[in-house]
Amino acid sequence: MLNFLAKRLAQLVPTLFFVSLLIFSLQHLLPGDPALVMAGEERDPAVIEQIRQQYHLDQPIPVQYAYWVKGVLMGDLGESLRNKMPVSSLIAQKLPVTMQIAGMAIVVAFLIGIPAGIVSAVKRGTAWDYGANLFALWGISTPNFWLGIMLIFLFSVELGWLPASGYVPLSENWRASLAASVMPAFVLGNAIAAILMRHTRSAMLQVLESDYVRTARAKGLSERTVILKHAMRNALTPIITLGALELGTLLSGAVLTEQIFSIPGFGKLIVDAVFNRDYAVVQGVVLTTATIYITLNLIADIANILVNPRLRG
Amino acid sequence: MTDTALGTSASLAVAETLESPARRAWRRLIRRKGAVLGLVVIALFILLAVFAPLIVPYDPIATSWSLVRKAPSLQHWFGTDELGRDVLARVVFGARASLLAGVISVGIALAIGVPLGLLAGYRGGFIDALISRITDAMLACPFLILAIALAAFLGPSLGNAMIAIGVSATPIFIRLTRGQVMSVKVEDYVEAARAMGNPRWRIALVHILPNILPALLVQATLSIAAAIIAEAALSFLGLGQQPPAPSWGSMLNAAQRFLTTAPWMAVWPGLAIFLVVLSFNLVGDGLRDALDPKAR
Amino acid sequence: MRFWRLAVLMAALVTWCGTSARAETTLRIGLAEDPDILDPSVGRTYVGRIVFSAFCDKLFDIDEKLNIVPQLALSYENSADGKEMTIKLRPGVKFHDGEPFGAEAAKFSLERHLTLPTSFRKPELAALDHVDVVDPLTIKLVLKTPYSPLIAQLTDRAGMMVSPKAVKEAGDKFGLHPVCAGPYKFVERVQQDRMVFEKFQDYWNKDNVFIDRIVFLPIVDATVRLANLKSGGLDLIERVLATDIKDVRADKRLVLSTAPELGYLGLTINIGNDKNKGPLSQSEKVRQALDLSIDREALNQVVFNGEFTPGNQWVSPTHPYYQKAFPVRGRDVAKAKALLKEAGVTLPVAIDYMVPKGAENEAVAQVVQSMAAEAGFDIKIRVVEFATTFKQAQAGEFQVFQINWSGRIDPDGNSYVFLHTKAPQNDGGYSNAEADKLMEDARLINDPAQRKAIYEKMTRIVLNDEPIIYLYHRTLLIAHSTKVEGYRQMPDGLVRVVGLKLK
Repeated sequence: MLNFLAKRLAQLVPTLFFVSLLIFSLQHLLPGDPALVMAGEERDPAVIEQIRQQYHLDQPIPVQYAYWVKGVLMGDLGESLRNKMPVSSLIAQKLPVTMQIAGMAIVVAFLIGIPAGIVSAVKRGTAWDYGANLFALWGISTPNFWLGIMLIFLFSVELGWLPASGYVPLSENWRASLAASVMPAFVLGNAIAAILMRHTRSAMLQVLESDYVRTARAKGLSERTVILKHAMRNALTPIITLGALELGTLLSGAVLTEQIFSIPGFGKLIVDAVFNRDYAVVQGVVLTTATIYITLNLIADIANILVNPRLRG
Repeated sequence: MTDTALGTSASLAVAETLESPARRAWRRLIRRKGAVLGLVVIALFILLAVFAPLIVPYDPIATSWSLVRKAPSLQHWFGTDELGRDVLARVVFGARASLLAGVISVGIALAIGVPLGLLAGYRGGFIDALISRITDAMLACPFLILAIALAAFLGPSLGNAMIAIGVSATPIFIRLTRGQVMSVKVEDYVEAARAMGNPRWRIALVHILPNILPALLVQATLSIAAAIIAEAALSFLGLGQQPPAPSWGSMLNAAQRFLTTAPWMAVWPGLAIFLVVLSFNLVGDGLRDALDPKAR
Repeated sequence: MRFWRLAVLMAALVTWCGTSARAETTLRIGLAEDPDILDPSVGRTYVGRIVFSAFCDKLFDIDEKLNIVPQLALSYENSADGKEMTIKLRPGVKFHDGEPFGAEAAKFSLERHLTLPTSFRKPELAALDHVDVVDPLTIKLVLKTPYSPLIAQLTDRAGMMVSPKAVKEAGDKFGLHPVCAGPYKFVERVQQDRMVFEKFQDYWNKDNVFIDRIVFLPIVDATVRLANLKSGGLDLIERVLATDIKDVRADKRLVLSTAPELGYLGLTINIGNDKNKGPLSQSEKVRQALDLSIDREALNQVVFNGEFTPGNQWVSPTHPYYQKAFPVRGRDVAKAKALLKEAGVTLPVAIDYMVPKGAENEAVAQVVQSMAAEAGFDIKIRVVEFATTFKQAQAGEFQVFQINWSGRIDPDGNSYVFLHTKAPQNDGGYSNAEADKLMEDARLINDPAQRKAIYEKMTRIVLNDEPIIYLYHRTLLIAHSTKVEGYRQMPDGLVRVVGLKLK
């Protein structure tokens, strides 16, 4: 176990190094001059030169990389070119927003995906099963952004039931907060619900055919008890790990969803930063996302080992 | 000489046993209603894309100042867009961009990912560690951000969007290929081929690759579905197909401004994306079941 | 006894309800973009100017007719040689941090605009040599050369006054917590989400400030912005889409305010920097043909429901400096073809047409493409990300560049930087000695009639050379709910919050 952990942690270092290299080189390949972009309509050559110097944009790229890595190692992610905010505080501002939406999306996914998966496994081959499968296919086949646009059209423009966009912190007004985040959470959770449903279904099918469920049935327990008490508990452990892992996928899914619903979260921050060539922000945000993703993976691995002792060897 | 002869007959044997699983898989595939439906819809869209000019009577880029944003009618079944162009014509012609983007970007991902995966899985050691870490790094960055940055770097165009999506999808294929190779390379027949002194590249290509094809095929089909969505997303952000040529994503982008006044502009392209993606997913699922040796 | 208790309780309740009914009023304004840094020296976006006008007063302001009116200044006077401007300041003005505003603070602010390394105000105040303090409420601006557009600059960011004490404390982070002398003071900002301001109790004109708080919310999508206005989530939105106007007018709870913008949309033609030496760069006849092939009115109808103003000069037809002797010409495809023939170019004329990404921009480009095709032009639209347009424009990597200019109050701000030889935004490399001289002369003179006469000659040259084909002037479209009272639309499109009431 300790061996395994040490090995995994040792792998983290080169992975993060490549992540940093990847994002740094990617964005420096991006066409366009950040200083010019920043200047916008006001193009004064002297000022633009000044900006380049201030942010080391006039240095060779390896030197810029060294500046950045040095900053990161000392806990300084730099500051936004566009508005001079420290990147770390931008991240601190945005992460909770995306986390709230992502958390709600996970709840939506669990609430829809797991019951649908259980029902379709238990009632295998019936209309229920068929319907649940259809739902799963619809979930993974609908483009997020189209679903978002259609929901805005239906619930905000036509019916006027929900706000079309925006974000209200939970602490400020929980009802307004939920109203504003229910559509984006559904859009994000929809696809994951489908994935969860499929995994739940196959896990349940496996468990239902296993020996101990047969034993439980043989003991004369009611079908209800068998399914709820015995089958589900065993089938769901890996599913929950999987759900946690999907949080990483959600960060990616948030990119377009936040754009459409004007949610001031991580996804919007990074897309705007890419289009504005706000280098420090892109670097900081991708590094954070990657770290979160890698950490989640690590946790999932550890959880798997704890649940499944055979893997410890 | 004998070596070669033996090698050939061995590979022939493999090919023979391969032939029948392929046929069997096809038989199994067309027994599944969903997969057949998917195949039919895909075939339909391919026909639409190929014969587009013969199918719709309107030019997808011909503007008409007197027909701006008209609701669906007998003349224009899907209505017209913000420049008076026929939406049906644009949806039909847009199939070209989407299907091409799906197939070509996955082709790119396969072309880069499979060799690297083979190399990593078969060689192991430092090369494996290097490729694996880079793969991990790419997988740790959000897929769409990677694609957006690449597409912006290459400059907005349909071709560049395909490259961007292809490269961003590559790590999945590297990881899949590597994993498959690791499990296959300890099998008896690979050991046997190695014992006979076949060169490594030959073992990788002739003995290992055919055995991991089914898994790749399933992943490729599902990836086409994802790539079509990704192309639509990039075009939606203005980084894909360029005006005036139609693409479903850029049509949705234009439609977003007219949601209140011309909702039909948003409905049809979205529906088209949904149908095609759904079909590829159906076929992918069908393939997975049909190729699964454990399936009954 | 019990009765009395009850009565007291009731009375307390009534008072409590009464006070809560008079509770804070908040005006929520929906912006089309997230502004950049809120530092008047460093700020550079149009949307930022909207926010500034709520909290950062200027020396002067403009009225509906583009007249210069006093704000933090009371009056100004130019010396006979035009090289000195004496400005009398308003007494009793305080900054948000309680510091008094006077000649020293004004000198400090102007010099900061001029000397801060990252200041974008430098070109606007380039003619300014130094500022003298005459007395505690009088300053004298000493110029290097006479420069008539200066007063217009002082009605915008270059005329904004900042608290010297706050600047000294915050340094280049001043924009994160700006301290000015406007009607509202900065409370907080959450990037891409909101900017909150509250009423400044010591504002010099506080009797005309009626709303307690103002919240600016950037919402990029115009449809969503409008949906929020309709649902009551916002009270006022800027940049309504021309195609949504019908919708706004049909809604009884909404009011639409319009003003012609100060800027323009034009096609900058690469004349001097085109490496491929395309036909457009070689002959003005080809450029005139392109101009004649475009039906500006039809373009306006198709893309903007006819709500914008077709134009042909760097100021709109409603502007005092518009030259009525040169009206907008209609479309004439036959004449365009004849001109192409005269120029002796082979048809079709291929054109590399650069347009910044954005649905509306791309729609305009496609209409132009379709119209110009009939005269014999083969336009290849190249959509470029906003971030790359300026770099490619400067490098001359275009033949036509469709670009919007937000506009300045003085006509000099719409012409000099684009048309003068080697001016910073002259991306097409246009150079005409006669035009240069005219633009220089116009800067030396203060008399509007004389300046207009100079610009008339200038217009004649530009309409012949066609370095920029001006297409239309947007109409600034601002919608607000009927709850908002006293809204007056200014030609710069910015929202003046003084005098606004919320029902």
